[in-house]
Amino acid sequence: MSKQPPENWSSRIGVILAVTGSAVGLGNFLRFPGLAAKYDGGAFMIPYFVALLLLGLPLAWAEWSMGRYGGTRGFHSSPGIFRVLWKNPAAPYLGVLGLIVPVVIYMYYVFIESWCLGYAWNYLTGGLDLGRDPEAYKTFFGNYVGIGADASIFSNLLGAPLVFLVACIALNFILINRGLTRGIELFCLWAMPALAVCAVLVLVRVLTLGTPDPSKPELNVLNGLGQMWNLDAGNKTLWEQLANGKMWMEAAGQIFFSLSVGFGVIITYASYMRRNDDIALSSTTAVAGNEFFEVSLGGMITIPAAFVFLGAAGAVGGTFALGFNTLPLVFEHMPLGRVIGFLWFFLLFLAAITSSLSMLQPAIAFLQEGLGLNRGRAVALLCGVGSLGTLLIVWFSKDLAAMDTLDFWVGTFCIYVLACAQTFIFGWIFGTKRGLEELDRGADTRIPRLFAFVIKYISPVYLLIVFVAWAWQDVGSRLDDFTESAAVRWSLIFLVGVFALFLWWIRIAVKRWHAQEARS
Amino acid sequence: MTLAGWIVMLLSVGGTTAFFFWCIRRVLRPPDSTDKMHGVLDTEREIEDEERRRRREERGQPPH
Repeated sequence: MSKQPPENWSSRIGVILAVTGSAVGLGNFLRFPGLAAKYDGGAFMIPYFVALLLLGLPLAWAEWSMGRYGGTRGFHSSPGIFRVLWKNPAAPYLGVLGLIVPVVIYMYYVFIESWCLGYAWNYLTGGLDLGRDPEAYKTFFGNYVGIGADASIFSNLLGAPLVFLVACIALNFILINRGLTRGIELFCLWAMPALAVCAVLVLVRVLTLGTPDPSKPELNVLNGLGQMWNLDAGNKTLWEQLANGKMWMEAAGQIFFSLSVGFGVIITYASYMRRNDDIALSSTTAVAGNEFFEVSLGGMITIPAAFVFLGAAGAVGGTFALGFNTLPLVFEHMPLGRVIGFLWFFLLFLAAITSSLSMLQPAIAFLQEGLGLNRGRAVALLCGVGSLGTLLIVWFSKDLAAMDTLDFWVGTFCIYVLACAQTFIFGWIFGTKRGLEELDRGADTRIPRLFAFVIKYISPVYLLIVFVAWAWQDVGSRLDDFTESAAVRWSLIFLVGVFALFLWWIRIAVKRWHAQEARS
Repeated sequence: MTLAGWIVMLLSVGGTTAFFFWCIRRVLRPPDSTDKMHGVLDTEREIEDEERRRRREERGQPPH
């Protein structure tokens, strides 16, 4: 238990914006529209909203409930909170995932964040005036991130990629070091409205594009919106589209990752709520905020803009291809493209930094309450570990192999495992009765009672089906990569080292907590 | 854009936007009572009472 002065959020809107900021990221503006277009928009929204109701919202409520419960008992990290909720010697060790997942994701997320800042800067200075050749944008992106060869961005130590990466790392640590309220909360209080303003400005520009090329009247905004939202898919009926199991799996994955549930962050953020704060409304608002940015803004910008200039073939692609290859080409065709390009990448940077800021807080809280470090030392220690991981990712940049490996094993596999653990602890150990009591305390609006049944029976089954189907499809080929790629091997060795380090720290923390409890 | 596309877009975008602004309106609404105001001592006492009640329930004794 922490002997340091208790930290709390200073305002309800502050915590909501911080949690929403943590959830809103590149996935809202790039991955969601890409998936929706891939699965014919309209049809995709059905499994998407089903997953929101049966998986996303219940898991978010569960995390808020467990987090606040642990926080009022003096714990702010998953190992401590799990230990409070489950009187089992294994519980704090299970909480290692709630530390590892955000810390390791931070290691590569800060690199992606620096690309967004670098692209925004290049739009300001004209560095992205590359003409209308699609290959020019692919080459620029490849050179910028070092996709062609390992360690290639180290060939110029004062080059833009490294300068922006160091700037992003420094900015994250300065803000995190300022503390929960003066750093994270204060930054999110202005960054989230700024993000919304940038998104609305880009949206207005996209919706007023009309028919930019009169010789191609079919390439207009309405058809662009149709590309995103229409139900038709050639000769397939809606029922035939809904029979596609992969679409249900990807929709559930999108909800899951977009809301940052099973991530270890919400449980820590919620632990700083006061005992009688209204967590039911705060959690629901944070989920609603994420959905607003994803569906209402992300869903209206990316695909219509790409369609209007590049047609249906240009409006598909993965997160990086859509964001860093296709959209710069779209901005080149667009009137006021340079301004819109800057706004777009600056909004992606804001979305990314409000997420990365949240990722170190769980481990900082643990180092403070488990090892008794003060915030400055905890931040410095994590700065070292985090920067080491980022160095590994930047070094093994060929085909982004290290990033891809860590994203797979930590950013997907471990998140599923942590979410399963949280659902199990909430539904079957902590108990839905106590969980609902916690959610109801101080709440103006009661969470529907059906939630207890959903989180205990429906969500775990839903989660397990998605997890097993995903693992069945992807894990086998990933294991083969271990023998074939040095980048994969070193990434996994590093990951095992980080796991061992955190497990050792948890062992020390458990001994300290036992000693403190024996004394009191 | 087809009629079905319009319906899906209006329901999805309108629904999430309305949901978000409904939540924000409730968050920004000033509190209308002081019955949720608790001091630190009240909170600690409540937690201790709750833990005591739970221990009694676990031992099969009736709560006070």
